[in-house]
Amino acid sequence: MIWTLFALIFWAAAYWLNTKIAASPLAETRFGKFAVPMLFGITLLVVWEGLVRGLDVPGVILPPPSAIAVTFAQELDILRADFIQTFVKGALTGYLIGAMSAFAVAVAADRYEFLRLGLLPVGSFMAALPVIGTAPILVMWFGFDWHSKAAVVVVMVFFPILVNAVQGLRASEPMQRDLMATYAAGYWQTFWKLRLPAAMPFVFNGLKIATTLALIGAIVAEFFGSPIVGMGFRISTSIGQLELAMVWAEIVVAALAGSAFYGLIALAERSTTFWHPSQRR
Amino acid sequence: MMRSLVPVLTVVMVIIGVWYVAAAWMNATWTLQQAARAEQQLSPVEVLQDTMVQKRPRLPAPHQVAVELWETTVEKKVTSKRSLIYHGWITLSATLLGFAIGTGLGILLAVGIVYNRAMDMSVMPWAIASQTIPILAIAPMIIVVLNSIGLQGLVPKSIISAYLSFFPVVVGMVKGLRSPDPMQLDLLKTYSANGAQVFWQLRLPSSVPYLFTSLKVAIAASLVGAIVGELPTGAVAGLGARLLAGSYYGQTVQIWSALLAAAVLAAILVGIVALAERITLRRMGIAH
Amino acid sequence: MLNQAEIDGFAEPPQDRSVATAPVVIGAEHLGLVFQTRDGIVEALKDVNIEIRKGDFVSFIGPSGCGKTTFLRSVAGLETPTSGQLTVNGMSPDEARRARAYGYVFQAAGLYPWRTLARNVRLPLEIMGYSRAEQKERVARVLDLVGLSEFAKKYPWQLSGGMQQRASIARALAFDAEILLMDEPFGALDEIVRDHLNEQLLALWARTGKTIGFVTHSIPEAVYLSTKIVVMSPRPGRITDVIESPLPPERPLDIRDTPEFLTVAHRVREGLRAGHAYED
Repeated sequence: MIWTLFALIFWAAAYWLNTKIAASPLAETRFGKFAVPMLFGITLLVVWEGLVRGLDVPGVILPPPSAIAVTFAQELDILRADFIQTFVKGALTGYLIGAMSAFAVAVAADRYEFLRLGLLPVGSFMAALPVIGTAPILVMWFGFDWHSKAAVVVVMVFFPILVNAVQGLRASEPMQRDLMATYAAGYWQTFWKLRLPAAMPFVFNGLKIATTLALIGAIVAEFFGSPIVGMGFRISTSIGQLELAMVWAEIVVAALAGSAFYGLIALAERSTTFWHPSQRR
Repeated sequence: MMRSLVPVLTVVMVIIGVWYVAAAWMNATWTLQQAARAEQQLSPVEVLQDTMVQKRPRLPAPHQVAVELWETTVEKKVTSKRSLIYHGWITLSATLLGFAIGTGLGILLAVGIVYNRAMDMSVMPWAIASQTIPILAIAPMIIVVLNSIGLQGLVPKSIISAYLSFFPVVVGMVKGLRSPDPMQLDLLKTYSANGAQVFWQLRLPSSVPYLFTSLKVAIAASLVGAIVGELPTGAVAGLGARLLAGSYYGQTVQIWSALLAAAVLAAILVGIVALAERITLRRMGIAH
Repeated sequence: MLNQAEIDGFAEPPQDRSVATAPVVIGAEHLGLVFQTRDGIVEALKDVNIEIRKGDFVSFIGPSGCGKTTFLRSVAGLETPTSGQLTVNGMSPDEARRARAYGYVFQAAGLYPWRTLARNVRLPLEIMGYSRAEQKERVARVLDLVGLSEFAKKYPWQLSGGMQQRASIARALAFDAEILLMDEPFGALDEIVRDHLNEQLLALWARTGKTIGFVTHSIPEAVYLSTKIVVMSPRPGRITDVIESPLPPERPLDIRDTPEFLTVAHRVREGLRAGHAYED
């Protein structure tokens, strides 16, 4: 009872505080922009803890954040092994292979118009399909280990990166290309000096989307078959054992990995496309 | 559009061609193994023929998948548990329900974010951050948890679909509601327009193109959510269930036909949204 | 930048300046260009005859659709005429393009936002294979010529429109091309900046002796800058009048208030009127 009350009071207070900050000059400062969502997030955790304890929610339905934190600390070794299996071996490998091959195909499609006209509609189509469905097939071909997961990731990231890269390579304006014609520049000179730099904002857009897809692909692919290690594996077996705190701990790892991965790519984007209007605030 | 017709057809033909070659190549191993076991000698043509009609091929040939699709759709009663249309409908209903809920809530939250500064500052960063978190990974857990409190079948899956379509709609709608340029807003100020008028006359119409872009992403994500949501319940009904069942029992042709059915479903759904987009934008005068 | 004293100090015109004995650099004979569009056939150029000699400053003026940009682009080898003859330095325009015979300045500066000003000016030099030392020297020289030396390390989006356009001109001057083709380079700038740049362009022309083809919408600009003014009219794109300017080669901005200037401007306006430029 006390817990529930505490949760509700905390929520009301935090809401009041956030509204106050948002309405004040603090809202424009970096402190304000950081504090408000942080406060919102902390409130969610506190309310969660309070309501779960106060309403006596069974741990097999929804464990409180404190239980998740304890499990996280206790099972660090398992979590690390799962992380390496799924993220490093599965997602990262697949991401790199998928991105490089997608980019190579995009360059070919830029060079040969016939290829581009045929590939772009097909590629956009494939990018919208439930590619995760290829997971069972790829597990059958590549076995249970991380190779099949990397393969799923390759298929998942290939088409979004391809579509964005092809669009990016077309982004240079006709006037820019005319200028290159007046210099009698060859195809590859124009490619390295104009088309490639101009394509970067689009390419990074695709790369950012692909980071999320890579992680999802690697984890969900493990639902279809996996050795006894891996985040997806741990999640599905923990659900079977009703060890929900472990499931949430794995999700925390996934969330941290996903955000870090995305952040890394965004950082690379900032330094490469510093000149783009969206990056110069 | 016409200009791309020939290249697109060419690319599709090449894909099918490569598919046949790959099927022949990948299935040949098993054929040769069987022949060695029966101590038979097979000519290349016989090997080739066999690779095209295996019961459990490593890679089903396109015509095998086509036949399976035909048999499980047209030749079965729609109510039969073996009909792909039946399974497709199970998945589709969860997708549509989730899509409707996610879109509705998403639009509401977007309006809240645009009009309430506190909500904007607290929720928006999380909305953007959540797109980097693999939500799909917790789908099984949500299903199991909801099952244990009595919610089964359609509702838990729709909740996953709703969640997956929710964030793209929020992010896109916020962008769209904020897209009118300052000049337009100033003009309405000179007319002393009130908040509701600004919303209905300017902000909402401006957000329509952005909304449709998000809807296309959202409906594709909804479908994926519904499919993954079917995995943990022991694979009873739906396209995801067919995928899982096929992979458990080694029925590769079944896997491929379920996958293709899901692909066709995705294409149709996105196509319907795209059509709605074309019609709406044309009626609004935003020529395409 | 050249100061007023230097600009005023041109006592006599340098040699080979718009004299009838100078060689023909750009020659067009019965030149025609027909476009196929969705709304039917468009005659962008019809029966264009013109001779541009070494050292000329020729302006092309007319309303939209009169073919002036199309003509310039044909000279640059960016468009292909459908009938008639066009030679540049005695070769076909495409051969001249591959021989890098001209520098082209577009309506928009078109600088690469990911390169500094200096690196932007270096772009043609990198492509044409000049040595690193040469590149450095030439970039410094042309940036000095247009007065942008202190902005060499800045990015285009940090500078004003006028400065970006000056950088674009510097880029066209960086390599050795006898011909400079400019398509409404000052069109997007306000009049005060424009006047200033007109002065600088004229001084540049005096200093370098290049042959310049200049497309413009502005009558005072055409009369102020050129030794020869070509008045064109649309539908079909053709030449209505060719005016050999009687104005002396050294021209302070004040020359725009003199009666001689106004006479030429009047003649240009008459040519435009004859070509129906002022009707709907």
